[in-house]
Amino acid sequence: MLGSAVIVFRETLEAALIVAIVMGATRGVALRGRWIAGGVALGIVGALVVAMFAGVISEAVQGRGQELFNAGVLLVAVAMLAWHNVWMSSHARKHVEEMRHLGHDVQVGAKPLSAMLAVTAVAVLREGAETVLFLYGLMATGGTAGLALGGALGLVGGAAVGVLLYFGLLRIPLRHFFTVTGVIVLLLAAGLAASAAGFLVQAGLLPTLIEQVWDTSGILSMDGLAGRMLHVLVGYNDRPTGIELLFYVVTLVTILALMRLFGARSTRAARAAAAKEGAPA
Amino acid sequence: MKAKKYGLALLLALPLAAMAETPEYTIAIKEHRFNPAEIAVPAGKRIKLVIDNQDATPEEFESKTLRVEKIVPGNSKGTVTVGPLKPGSYSFFGEFHEATAQGKLHAE
Repeated sequence: MLGSAVIVFRETLEAALIVAIVMGATRGVALRGRWIAGGVALGIVGALVVAMFAGVISEAVQGRGQELFNAGVLLVAVAMLAWHNVWMSSHARKHVEEMRHLGHDVQVGAKPLSAMLAVTAVAVLREGAETVLFLYGLMATGGTAGLALGGALGLVGGAAVGVLLYFGLLRIPLRHFFTVTGVIVLLLAAGLAASAAGFLVQAGLLPTLIEQVWDTSGILSMDGLAGRMLHVLVGYNDRPTGIELLFYVVTLVTILALMRLFGARSTRAARAAAAKEGAPA
Repeated sequence: MKAKKYGLALLLALPLAAMAETPEYTIAIKEHRFNPAEIAVPAGKRIKLVIDNQDATPEEFESKTLRVEKIVPGNSKGTVTVGPLKPGSYSFFGEFHEATAQGKLHAE
Protein backbone atom coordinates (compact mmCIF):
# COMPACT_ATOMS: atom_id res chain seq x y z
CA MET A 1 0.00 0.00 0.00
CA LEU A 2 2.77 2.39 0.96
CA GLY A 3 4.53 1.78 -2.34
CA SER A 4 1.56 2.81 -4.44
CA ALA A 5 0.86 5.78 -2.15
CA VAL A 6 4.41 7.06 -2.60
CA ILE A 7 4.39 6.76 -6.39
CA VAL A 8 0.98 8.37 -6.85
CA PHE A 9 1.98 11.09 -4.38
CA ARG A 10 5.11 11.90 -6.38
CA GLU A 11 3.21 12.21 -9.63
CA THR A 12 0.33 14.16 -8.14
CA LEU A 13 2.61 16.53 -6.29
CA GLU A 14 4.18 17.94 -9.44
CA ALA A 15 0.85 18.61 -11.12
CA ALA A 16 -0.65 20.00 -7.89
CA LEU A 17 2.21 22.45 -7.39
CA ILE A 18 1.89 23.74 -10.93
CA VAL A 19 -1.89 24.14 -10.58
CA ALA A 20 -1.34 26.04 -7.30
CA ILE A 21 1.06 28.43 -9.02
CA VAL A 22 -1.36 28.95 -11.90
CA MET A 23 -4.14 29.66 -9.40
CA GLY A 24 -1.92 32.19 -7.66
CA ALA A 25 -0.78 33.86 -10.85
CA THR A 26 -4.36 34.35 -12.04
CA ARG A 27 -5.58 35.72 -8.72
CA GLY A 28 -8.35 38.27 -9.11
CA VAL A 29 -9.23 37.21 -12.61
CA ALA A 30 -12.94 36.57 -13.14
CA LEU A 31 -13.89 33.02 -14.14
CA ARG A 32 -10.36 31.69 -13.66
CA GLY A 33 -11.70 28.82 -11.52
CA ARG A 34 -13.74 27.59 -14.43
CA TRP A 35 -10.81 27.82 -16.83
CA ILE A 36 -8.41 26.05 -14.52
CA ALA A 37 -10.93 23.32 -13.67
CA GLY A 38 -11.37 22.91 -17.43
CA GLY A 39 -7.60 22.55 -17.74
CA VAL A 40 -7.55 19.84 -15.06
CA ALA A 41 -10.43 17.99 -16.73
CA LEU A 42 -8.77 18.21 -20.15
CA GLY A 43 -5.53 16.99 -18.60
CA ILE A 44 -7.21 13.95 -17.07
CA VAL A 45 -8.87 13.02 -20.36
CA GLY A 46 -5.55 13.56 -22.13
CA ALA A 47 -3.77 11.39 -19.55
CA LEU A 48 -6.17 8.52 -20.19
CA VAL A 49 -5.70 8.83 -23.95
CA VAL A 50 -1.90 9.01 -23.62
CA ALA A 51 -1.86 6.02 -21.27
CA MET A 52 -4.02 4.06 -23.72
CA PHE A 53 -1.62 4.78 -26.58
CA ALA A 54 1.53 4.54 -24.46
CA GLY A 55 2.78 1.55 -26.44
CA VAL A 56 2.33 3.32 -29.75
CA ILE A 57 3.90 6.57 -28.48
CA SER A 58 6.82 4.75 -26.89
CA GLU A 59 7.76 2.85 -30.04
CA ALA A 60 7.20 5.79 -32.39
CA VAL A 61 10.16 7.64 -33.93
CA GLN A 62 12.64 4.79 -33.28
CA GLY A 63 11.69 4.44 -29.63
CA ARG A 64 12.02 8.17 -29.03
CA GLY A 65 8.30 8.99 -29.17
CA GLN A 66 7.83 9.35 -25.44
CA GLU A 67 10.77 11.72 -25.05
CA LEU A 68 9.71 13.85 -28.01
CA PHE A 69 6.17 13.95 -26.70
CA ASN A 70 7.30 14.96 -23.20
CA ALA A 71 9.72 17.58 -24.50
CA GLY A 72 7.07 19.00 -26.83
CA VAL A 73 4.46 19.19 -24.10
CA LEU A 74 6.93 20.83 -21.71
CA LEU A 75 7.98 23.42 -24.28
CA VAL A 76 4.32 24.30 -24.90
CA ALA A 77 3.96 24.93 -21.17
CA VAL A 78 7.13 27.07 -21.19
CA ALA A 79 5.75 29.19 -24.04
CA MET A 80 2.41 29.66 -22.28
CA LEU A 81 4.04 30.63 -18.98
CA ALA A 82 6.29 33.07 -20.82
CA TRP A 83 3.30 34.60 -22.53
CA HIS A 84 1.49 34.96 -19.20
CA ASN A 85 4.44 36.73 -17.63
CA VAL A 86 4.94 39.06 -20.57
CA TRP A 87 1.25 39.90 -20.51
CA MET A 88 1.35 40.51 -16.77
CA SER A 89 4.40 42.75 -17.05
CA SER A 90 2.30 45.23 -18.99
CA HIS A 91 -1.01 44.71 -17.14
CA ALA A 92 -0.15 43.84 -13.54
CA ARG A 93 -0.25 47.38 -12.15
CA LYS A 94 -3.63 48.14 -13.67
CA HIS A 95 -4.87 44.72 -12.58
CA VAL A 96 -3.99 45.32 -8.92
CA GLU A 97 -5.49 48.84 -9.01
CA GLU A 98 -8.76 47.53 -10.40
CA MET A 99 -8.84 44.71 -7.86
CA ARG A 100 -8.42 47.23 -5.04
CA HIS A 101 -10.81 49.70 -6.55
CA LEU A 102 -13.63 47.32 -7.41
CA GLY A 103 -13.02 44.96 -4.53
CA HIS A 104 -13.83 42.00 -6.76
CA ASP A 105 -12.48 39.97 -9.66
CA VAL A 106 -11.51 41.66 -12.88
CA GLN A 107 -12.37 40.77 -16.46
CA VAL A 108 -9.16 40.37 -18.42
CA GLY A 109 -10.37 38.60 -21.50
CA ALA A 110 -9.94 34.99 -22.48
CA LYS A 111 -6.41 35.16 -23.89
CA PRO A 112 -4.25 34.96 -20.75
CA LEU A 113 -6.69 32.47 -19.23
CA SER A 114 -6.46 30.13 -22.20
CA ALA A 115 -2.67 30.13 -21.77
CA MET A 116 -3.07 29.07 -18.15
CA LEU A 117 -5.66 26.46 -19.11
CA ALA A 118 -3.05 24.97 -21.42
CA VAL A 119 -0.39 24.97 -18.69
CA THR A 120 -2.75 23.23 -16.26
CA ALA A 121 -3.87 20.67 -18.82
CA VAL A 122 -0.29 19.87 -19.79
CA ALA A 123 0.85 19.44 -16.17
CA VAL A 124 -2.04 17.13 -15.33
CA LEU A 125 -1.68 15.21 -18.58
CA ARG A 126 2.01 14.45 -18.12
CA GLU A 127 1.87 13.35 -14.50
CA GLY A 128 -1.57 11.81 -14.89
CA ALA A 129 -0.52 9.52 -17.73
CA GLU A 130 2.24 8.05 -15.56
CA THR A 131 -0.16 7.53 -12.68
CA VAL A 132 -2.73 5.87 -14.92
CA LEU A 133 -0.09 3.51 -16.34
CA PHE A 134 1.18 2.64 -12.89
CA LEU A 135 -2.29 1.97 -11.50
CA TYR A 136 -3.17 -0.02 -14.61
CA GLY A 137 -0.12 -2.19 -14.00
CA LEU A 138 -1.24 -2.79 -10.44
CA MET A 139 -4.72 -3.76 -11.51
CA ALA A 140 -3.41 -6.04 -14.24
CA THR A 141 -1.40 -7.99 -11.68
CA GLY A 142 -4.44 -8.35 -9.44
CA GLY A 143 -4.21 -5.21 -7.33
CA THR A 144 -5.58 -5.47 -3.82
CA ALA A 145 -7.85 -3.00 -2.07
CA GLY A 146 -4.81 -1.88 -0.09
CA LEU A 147 -3.02 -0.81 -3.27
CA ALA A 148 -6.07 1.15 -4.41
CA LEU A 149 -6.30 2.80 -1.02
CA GLY A 150 -2.61 3.65 -1.22
CA GLY A 151 -3.16 5.26 -4.60
CA ALA A 152 -6.05 7.30 -3.25
CA LEU A 153 -3.97 8.41 -0.24
CA GLY A 154 -1.14 9.46 -2.53
CA LEU A 155 -3.54 11.48 -4.66
CA VAL A 156 -5.02 13.28 -1.65
CA GLY A 157 -1.56 13.89 -0.17
CA GLY A 158 -0.19 15.40 -3.37
CA ALA A 159 -3.25 17.61 -3.82
CA ALA A 160 -3.00 18.73 -0.18
CA VAL A 161 0.54 20.04 -0.70
CA GLY A 162 -0.72 22.03 -3.69
CA VAL A 163 -3.53 23.53 -1.61
CA LEU A 164 -1.04 24.46 1.14
CA LEU A 165 1.19 26.19 -1.39
CA TYR A 166 -1.76 28.15 -2.77
CA PHE A 167 -2.87 29.40 0.63
CA GLY A 168 0.74 30.17 1.47
CA LEU A 169 0.93 32.33 -1.64
CA LEU A 170 -2.26 34.18 -0.66
CA ARG A 171 -0.55 35.43 2.49
CA ILE A 172 1.73 37.60 0.39
CA PRO A 173 0.49 41.23 0.46
CA LEU A 174 -1.32 42.22 -2.73
CA ARG A 175 1.24 44.96 -3.43
CA HIS A 176 3.99 42.37 -3.91
CA PHE A 177 1.79 39.46 -4.90
CA PHE A 178 2.17 39.51 -8.66
CA THR A 179 5.86 40.29 -8.42
CA VAL A 180 6.31 37.11 -6.39
CA THR A 181 4.08 34.94 -8.59
CA GLY A 182 5.81 36.42 -11.64
CA VAL A 183 9.20 35.30 -10.31
CA ILE A 184 7.83 31.84 -9.49
CA VAL A 185 6.28 31.49 -12.95
CA LEU A 186 9.58 32.61 -14.50
CA LEU A 187 11.62 30.03 -12.57
CA LEU A 188 8.99 27.36 -13.20
CA ALA A 189 9.21 28.00 -16.94
CA ALA A 190 13.01 27.86 -16.87
CA GLY A 191 12.90 24.59 -14.93
CA LEU A 192 10.44 23.03 -17.37
CA ALA A 193 12.65 24.07 -20.29
CA ALA A 194 15.59 22.32 -18.58
CA SER A 195 13.46 19.17 -18.18
CA ALA A 196 12.60 19.32 -21.87
CA ALA A 197 16.34 19.45 -22.63
CA GLY A 198 16.79 16.38 -20.41
CA PHE A 199 14.25 14.43 -22.47
CA LEU A 200 15.91 15.48 -25.73
CA VAL A 201 19.24 14.21 -24.37
CA GLN A 202 17.59 10.93 -23.39
CA ALA A 203 16.23 10.70 -26.94
CA GLY A 204 19.78 11.13 -28.21
CA LEU A 205 18.92 14.37 -30.01
CA LEU A 206 21.00 16.73 -27.88
CA PRO A 207 24.44 16.25 -26.33
CA THR A 208 24.86 16.76 -22.60
CA LEU A 209 27.71 19.28 -23.24
CA ILE A 210 28.85 18.60 -19.68
CA GLU A 211 27.76 15.27 -18.23
CA GLN A 212 27.47 16.64 -14.70
CA VAL A 213 27.94 20.29 -13.82
CA TRP A 214 27.62 19.69 -10.08
CA ASP A 215 26.42 17.03 -7.67
CA THR A 216 24.50 18.32 -4.68
CA SER A 217 22.54 15.09 -4.16
CA GLY A 218 24.38 14.69 -0.85
CA ILE A 219 23.11 18.06 0.42
CA LEU A 220 19.65 18.28 -1.11
CA SER A 221 18.55 15.17 -2.98
CA MET A 222 15.77 15.29 -5.55
CA ASP A 223 14.44 12.06 -4.01
CA GLY A 224 13.34 13.91 -0.89
CA LEU A 225 10.21 16.01 -0.60
CA ALA A 226 12.08 19.33 -0.32
CA GLY A 227 14.30 18.56 -3.31
CA ARG A 228 11.36 17.35 -5.33
CA MET A 229 9.31 20.47 -4.59
CA LEU A 230 12.19 22.76 -5.40
CA HIS A 231 12.70 20.81 -8.61
CA VAL A 232 9.14 21.61 -9.70
CA LEU A 233 8.99 25.17 -8.37
CA VAL A 234 12.36 26.62 -9.36
CA GLY A 235 13.87 23.87 -11.51
CA TYR A 236 16.35 22.69 -8.87
CA ASN A 237 18.46 19.79 -10.13
CA ASP A 238 20.96 17.92 -7.97
CA ARG A 239 22.94 16.60 -10.97
CA PRO A 240 22.32 18.86 -13.95
CA THR A 241 23.94 18.40 -17.34
CA GLY A 242 25.44 21.33 -19.21
CA ILE A 243 22.63 21.47 -21.73
CA GLU A 244 19.97 21.55 -19.00
CA LEU A 245 21.73 24.47 -17.38
CA LEU A 246 21.99 26.19 -20.75
CA PHE A 247 18.26 25.76 -21.46
CA TYR A 248 17.47 27.05 -17.98
CA VAL A 249 19.55 30.20 -18.33
CA VAL A 250 18.52 30.96 -21.92
CA THR A 251 14.80 30.60 -21.04
CA LEU A 252 15.19 32.78 -17.97
CA VAL A 253 17.03 35.53 -19.82
CA THR A 254 14.68 35.43 -22.83
CA ILE A 255 11.49 35.74 -20.77
CA LEU A 256 13.01 38.49 -18.61
CA ALA A 257 14.05 40.43 -21.70
CA LEU A 258 10.55 40.13 -23.20
CA MET A 259 8.98 41.24 -19.90
CA ARG A 260 11.25 44.27 -19.78
CA LEU A 261 10.53 45.13 -23.38
CA PHE A 262 6.74 44.94 -23.12
CA GLY A 263 6.63 46.34 -19.58
CA ALA A 264 8.59 49.43 -20.68
CA ARG A 265 6.41 49.87 -23.76
CA SER A 266 3.21 49.86 -21.71
CA THR A 267 4.68 52.33 -19.18
CA ARG A 268 5.59 54.68 -22.03
CA ALA A 269 2.12 54.34 -23.54
CA ALA A 270 0.49 55.02 -20.17
CA ARG A 271 2.65 58.12 -19.69
CA ALA A 272 1.85 59.39 -23.17
CA ALA A 273 -1.88 58.88 -22.53
CA ALA A 274 -1.65 60.70 -19.20
CA ALA A 275 0.22 63.61 -20.83
CA LYS A 276 -2.44 63.89 -23.52
CA GLU A 277 -5.25 64.00 -20.98
CA GLY A 278 -3.44 66.58 -18.91
CA ALA A 279 -2.79 68.89 -21.89
CA PRO A 280 -5.21 71.81 -22.38
CA ALA A 281 -7.65 71.29 -25.25
CA MET B 1 22.23 40.00 -32.83
CA LYS B 2 25.00 38.24 -34.71
CA ALA B 3 25.95 36.23 -31.65
CA LYS B 4 22.33 35.15 -31.34
CA LYS B 5 22.32 33.92 -34.93
CA TYR B 6 25.47 31.88 -34.40
CA GLY B 7 23.96 30.53 -31.20
CA LEU B 8 20.91 29.39 -33.12
CA ALA B 9 23.02 27.74 -35.81
CA LEU B 10 25.00 25.96 -33.11
CA LEU B 11 21.83 24.75 -31.45
CA LEU B 12 20.56 23.41 -34.75
CA ALA B 13 23.85 21.65 -35.41
CA LEU B 14 23.88 19.95 -32.01
CA PRO B 15 21.42 17.15 -32.83
CA LEU B 16 23.51 16.16 -35.84
CA ALA B 17 26.63 15.90 -33.72
CA ALA B 18 24.70 13.88 -31.17
CA MET B 19 23.47 11.38 -33.75
CA ALA B 20 26.91 10.02 -34.60
CA GLU B 21 26.81 6.22 -34.36
CA THR B 22 26.02 4.94 -30.90
CA PRO B 23 26.38 1.31 -29.76
CA GLU B 24 23.26 -0.40 -28.43
CA TYR B 25 22.78 -2.58 -25.37
CA THR B 26 19.59 -4.42 -24.53
CA ILE B 27 18.26 -4.91 -21.03
CA ALA B 28 15.19 -7.13 -20.75
CA ILE B 29 12.59 -6.98 -18.01
CA LYS B 30 10.90 -10.23 -17.03
CA GLU B 31 8.86 -10.85 -13.90
CA HIS B 32 9.88 -7.39 -12.72
CA ARG B 33 13.60 -8.23 -12.83
CA PHE B 34 16.29 -6.98 -15.18
CA ASN B 35 18.12 -9.39 -17.42
CA PRO B 36 21.04 -8.90 -17.34
CA ALA B 37 20.92 -7.22 -13.95
CA GLU B 38 24.54 -6.10 -14.45
CA ILE B 39 25.84 -4.86 -17.76
CA ALA B 40 29.23 -3.58 -18.89
CA VAL B 41 29.41 -0.70 -21.37
CA PRO B 42 32.25 1.45 -22.70
CA ALA B 43 32.99 4.66 -20.84
CA GLY B 44 33.51 7.99 -22.57
CA LYS B 45 30.96 7.62 -25.34
CA ARG B 46 27.26 7.91 -25.89
CA ILE B 47 25.42 4.59 -25.78
CA LYS B 48 21.86 3.47 -26.36
CA LEU B 49 20.03 1.27 -23.92
CA VAL B 50 17.11 -0.69 -25.32
CA ILE B 51 14.70 -1.63 -22.55
CA ASP B 52 12.77 -4.70 -23.62
CA ASN B 53 9.81 -5.09 -21.28
CA GLN B 54 8.58 -8.66 -21.63
CA ASP B 55 6.11 -8.35 -18.78
CA ALA B 56 2.49 -7.55 -19.46
CA THR B 57 2.65 -4.57 -17.09
CA PRO B 58 4.31 -1.19 -17.71
CA GLU B 59 7.58 -0.33 -15.98
CA GLU B 60 9.38 2.95 -15.47
CA PHE B 61 13.06 2.52 -16.19
CA GLU B 62 14.87 5.03 -14.05
CA SER B 63 18.35 5.97 -12.92
CA LYS B 64 19.36 9.05 -10.98
CA THR B 65 22.99 8.84 -11.95
CA LEU B 66 22.35 8.02 -15.62
CA ARG B 67 19.63 10.70 -15.65
CA VAL B 68 16.99 8.64 -17.37
CA GLU B 69 13.33 8.21 -16.66
CA LYS B 70 11.27 6.31 -19.14
CA ILE B 71 8.02 4.44 -19.07
CA VAL B 72 8.09 1.23 -21.06
CA PRO B 73 4.59 -0.22 -21.56
CA GLY B 74 3.98 -3.95 -21.22
CA ASN B 75 5.35 -6.16 -24.00
CA SER B 76 7.16 -3.35 -25.74
CA LYS B 77 10.56 -1.75 -26.09
CA GLY B 78 11.93 1.68 -25.37
CA THR B 79 15.28 3.27 -26.15
CA VAL B 80 17.24 5.78 -24.07
CA THR B 81 20.53 7.45 -24.83
CA VAL B 82 23.03 7.96 -22.00
CA GLY B 83 26.57 9.17 -21.53
CA PRO B 84 29.31 9.82 -22.32
CA LEU B 85 29.90 8.22 -18.92
CA LYS B 86 32.88 8.47 -16.61
CA PRO B 87 34.22 5.02 -15.62
CA GLY B 88 32.27 3.67 -12.67
CA SER B 89 29.08 1.94 -11.61
CA TYR B 90 25.63 3.35 -12.16
CA SER B 91 22.58 1.78 -10.60
CA PHE B 92 19.19 1.70 -12.27
CA PHE B 93 15.80 0.46 -11.18
CA GLY B 94 12.19 -0.03 -12.21
CA GLU B 95 10.21 2.57 -10.36
CA PHE B 96 6.98 0.60 -10.50
CA HIS B 97 8.57 -2.51 -8.97
CA GLU B 98 11.48 -1.19 -6.99
CA ALA B 99 11.65 -4.19 -4.68
CA THR B 100 12.80 -6.57 -7.43
CA ALA B 101 13.73 -4.47 -10.45
CA GLN B 102 17.28 -3.40 -9.58
CA GLY B 103 20.33 -3.35 -11.81
CA LYS B 104 23.81 -1.93 -12.31
CA LEU B 105 25.62 -0.59 -15.31
CA HIS B 106 29.42 -0.63 -15.31
CA ALA B 107 31.16 1.87 -17.53
CA GLU B 108 34.74 0.83 -18.21
